Amino acid sequence: MASRLASRAASYLRIQVTHRGFASVVKDLNYANSHEWVKVDGKSATIGITDHAQDHLGDVVYVELPEVGVAVKQGEGFGAVESVKATSDVYSPVSGKVVEVNEELNSSPGLLFLYQVNSSPYEKGWIIKVEINDSGELKNLMDSDKYTKFCEEEDAH
Amino acid sequence: MRYSPEPEMDNLVVGIGGMTIPQTRNVGLPLMRLIRLEGIPILQQLHLEEQLLRTSSDNWCIINDGTNIPSIVMGISGKPAELLDIDLVLRDQVPVIKRNAEIGMFTGGGTVTVDHGTIFVTFICNRDAVPGLQLYPRPIMSWSSQLYSRVFQRFGDFHLRENDYVFGNRKFGGNAQSITKNRWIHHTSFLWDYEVRNMAYLKLPKRAPEYRLARDHLEFICPMKDYMPRSVFIDKTVDAISTEFSVYSEQTDPFKISSNFEPSTRLLTRQELEEVASQPESPVSQSLSL
Repeated sequence: MASRLASRAASYLRIQVTHRGFASVVKDLNYANSHEWVKVDGKSATIGITDHAQDHLGDVVYVELPEVGVAVKQGEGFGAVESVKATSDVYSPVSGKVVEVNEELNSSPGLLFLYQVNSSPYEKGWIIKVEINDSGELKNLMDSDKYTKFCEEEDAH
Repeated sequence: MRYSPEPEMDNLVVGIGGMTIPQTRNVGLPLMRLIRLEGIPILQQLHLEEQLLRTSSDNWCIINDGTNIPSIVMGISGKPAELLDIDLVLRDQVPVIKRNAEIGMFTGGGTVTVDHGTIFVTFICNRDAVPGLQLYPRPIMSWSSQLYSRVFQRFGDFHLRENDYVFGNRKFGGNAQSITKNRWIHHTSFLWDYEVRNMAYLKLPKRAPEYRLARDHLEFICPMKDYMPRSVFIDKTVDAISTEFSVYSEQTDPFKISSNFEPSTRLLTRQELEEVASQPESPVSQSLSL
């Protein structure tokens, strides 16, 4: 299911998708070792958690969003994701200012979990948009190949 | 003549209030600092835990044997109107603690009532405390359930069922966790005993584990006292921890540390509860209520 949705996300975003046995990784995104992805378009960055993360966290029931206008720093927490029985901090892969948060996430009446984050982590499940202030920082992140390998090594334990 | 080497006095660990603790090497087991409390209010315990999670770099185990004020603890996504009988809560002036709504939040988990029959056991650990452990909810719970199976061996048919600790198919322990990049906290409320009237504050939750099968509270839970004495449970838990960690029992009162740390867990005010009580239930939650 994850790879089918990832393909739809890919055609929407017009990017290539690497099909793996399980968690999907989207090409042309950058990844942090805390399992967040970022899509950079000039000075604008969209951030969410990866398929690997949503798969390991289980059904997500709530996302704690920062306020628009707050500053974020690469590697520092900006919010959290609550799944069944656990709250997990999320960390910003870039530094900058939050310009938009995904209000849709917490406003799905009648649903017991956040469909978007689990089923569409790279598309509908985006969490914040940031105006970045240092594109040089992107070199500290992984590309899709490195991230794929990183996940494989983690899961091998 | 056999020579027994002295235990090595390795790194000095700076303890609470600046006191140094010798960290004796014990077959390479990581250090775990044990705090044993009795009857401490749950809000105070949660504040301490939050502080240790966020500002300490040591591994901790906190055991609070009973809490003196019956209270309700809600998860961050918990909506009071849906989970609580607000009128009853207001009438009896039961403290309602909400695990945070701000950034830097604390554990998830469902809504529980806690009282003097509840025994709390919390682990606060570094990433490397348990070798090879991935910092996600299921692996952490798998580790903790293995530890508790050693505790309950031969006392009962213990399992981790979905996210609860059960004997057979009856829940006696509920869990909540918080995970950061390099530390995690796993917090269990064990129902050693409970007061039936405290259960009345909770409505049947919309979101319930599958194995509950629409049973009401009293059919779904069981008290641990039917299986083992209180002190035996605590002693066996400390024994089980000692097989994986070098346990150091804290002697200093942890609440005497002065700190600038601002915890995020808080009490809901009476006004907030009254506002909730005066709002009509939304049509959606009505249609979904069990």
